[in-house]
Amino acid sequence: MTGNPILAPIPAPVLALSDVVKDYVGEAGTFRALHGVSMTVAHGELMAIMGPSGSGKSTLMNIIGCLDSPTTGIYRFEGTDTATLSERALARMRNSGIGFIFQSFNLLPRLSALGNVALPLVYLGLGKAEREAKAQALLAKVGLADKQRSRPAQLSGGQQQRVAVARALANAPKLLLADEPTGALDTKTGAEVLGLFKSLNREQRVTVVIVTHDPEVARATDRVVRIQDGRVFYDGPPTEAALYGHAEVAA
Amino acid sequence: MIDAMLAEAWSALIANRLRSALTMLGMIIGVAAVILMLAIGGGVQKQVSSAISGLGSNLLIITAGSSKQGGFASGAGTGATLRLDDVDAIAHLKSVVAAAPTTQIPVQAVAGAANWATTVVGTTPAYFIVNDWRPDTGRAFSEMEDRAAGRVAILGHTAADKLFGANDPMGASVRVKGTSFTVIGIMATRGQGFGGVDRDDVIIVPLTTALRQLQGNAFRRSIRSISVGIDDADNLAPASERIAAVLRRVHHLEPGAPDDFTVNNLTAVTDTLSSTTAAISLLLAAIGSISLIVGGIGIMNIMLVSVTERTREIGIRMAIGASRAAVRLQFLLEALMLSLLGCGIGVGLGTGLATAASGAIGFDTSVTVSAVVTAFAVSASIGIFFGWYPATRAAKLSPIEALRS
Repeated sequence: MTGNPILAPIPAPVLALSDVVKDYVGEAGTFRALHGVSMTVAHGELMAIMGPSGSGKSTLMNIIGCLDSPTTGIYRFEGTDTATLSERALARMRNSGIGFIFQSFNLLPRLSALGNVALPLVYLGLGKAEREAKAQALLAKVGLADKQRSRPAQLSGGQQQRVAVARALANAPKLLLADEPTGALDTKTGAEVLGLFKSLNREQRVTVVIVTHDPEVARATDRVVRIQDGRVFYDGPPTEAALYGHAEVAA
Repeated sequence: MIDAMLAEAWSALIANRLRSALTMLGMIIGVAAVILMLAIGGGVQKQVSSAISGLGSNLLIITAGSSKQGGFASGAGTGATLRLDDVDAIAHLKSVVAAAPTTQIPVQAVAGAANWATTVVGTTPAYFIVNDWRPDTGRAFSEMEDRAAGRVAILGHTAADKLFGANDPMGASVRVKGTSFTVIGIMATRGQGFGGVDRDDVIIVPLTTALRQLQGNAFRRSIRSISVGIDDADNLAPASERIAAVLRRVHHLEPGAPDDFTVNNLTAVTDTLSSTTAAISLLLAAIGSISLIVGGIGIMNIMLVSVTERTREIGIRMAIGASRAAVRLQFLLEALMLSLLGCGIGVGLGTGLATAASGAIGFDTSVTVSAVVTAFAVSASIGIFFGWYPATRAAKLSPIEALRS
């Protein structure tokens, strides 16, 4: 499977944006963060969304993550127009459709590693025993079987991010959405986390979208979408020119 | 979902122990105050009602004469219009358990070297039933002894003490107005009546003996009062009317003529006292309720602070799938936990204080189940009421804004 929708045999891509516009209304007037973005991500892709700060990539990420909605244009997640979904259905989508991974890990400090991983399962409504069994398996999967009872503060950055990955995987989401996942990690642990994404993608066909401004992170993916001034500036393989922002929009 | 949320609410409270404790303080004081006040109020009410029932709440007292005779208002009991025949007429009426004619004569009693100014009550054995008051040593006199004008006496505790001191009065004799009585019993201690009257300072003798030996000739067949025991407090009013009707007939009173007797009961006194104590309890509970409301405001205040502090946490929760309803529920549970925990401690404290207070002021305070249940229900309502706004504020946060904070 590639990024080419014509060759993709799967009828509905994980996500499809068509002409998405996002306006922010502030005191200084209306600010247009996205000027009609169209893109498609197929099942099993490992891709990066790049762009300098202020390019609109965070806005794009929020829309993809169902945390925000487009002003105009259509965003379909697994074929469903998200504009038609209720608040509750969107919450359910964030819960089991999408797994979030953040730059600063965003683990809840009072909960143990196990508790953090089990949290999405709480909102799904699973019982305690089932939650704990699942969370234990997930922690084992990211190599932290022995850290179940540790609080985030007792874990290293790399370990915390792995807990966050386990949490994101808890409800077997269609999409892992990572926002600068290595931004707070040193090079070595950053590479480990990227390796984890890669193996999840290769071995379990998890669709991964990484939002980053780091060319080295984007280099590890199969496809780069570069956003500049609220528009798609490049969409294609991670070439040097694409990674460092010199390439023009590919056809 | 609820189990995990309760566990989290608990850990949130534990994480800010001091703050949680201070927040709960308002509820603790409020609940303790309400529990204490209700306990004391209930104790006072119980005390009053037991004092009243000791006087005989199911008792009607008929006194001779009326407050008005031919335009001349004299005190009740001044006439000599009640007769022994009246007692029989009353005793057979509906709802009447027993009727005891009594006459009271102030006397100087003598026993050996001791003498004591006391009151002789001349009555029939029905007296012991009507007043629910019996000898705790020895025995009461019988119907037979009354009819035979037996010279037997039962002493009240005070009279026994004053006349015999440490000696055993049983079987000894007491002289009253030149007549010698054999002591056959001692009444149970009854305590003070209204106005500090010592109800144990009496000598009870058969009515016939009292009328013949101790009362002047002119009043031989007449008695001062009749105590009537009624089966149920609810029947006091109808029984009182029936008695009045019977007495008017027996006394041959023309229609329109004033009564030559007065029927009294203690319900008026009971009503006044119980409404007074109810008002006092209500006032005390109202004061406690104000501290409960202040406690609720404290909870709202700290929950608002908590929501602000935990904005990012709320954002994270929303990003991983918490619905707004779930966020609201979580903060509501925290507010509820604060208020109910405060309530629990308050109930404990209030009960402890009530127990200490009952020791200090010398009467029973009672923490009732209904007071505790009410305290918890009110606290839960306060937790939900004052927790609603902060929880709703948390639920309304935009996940993006919250994550950015």
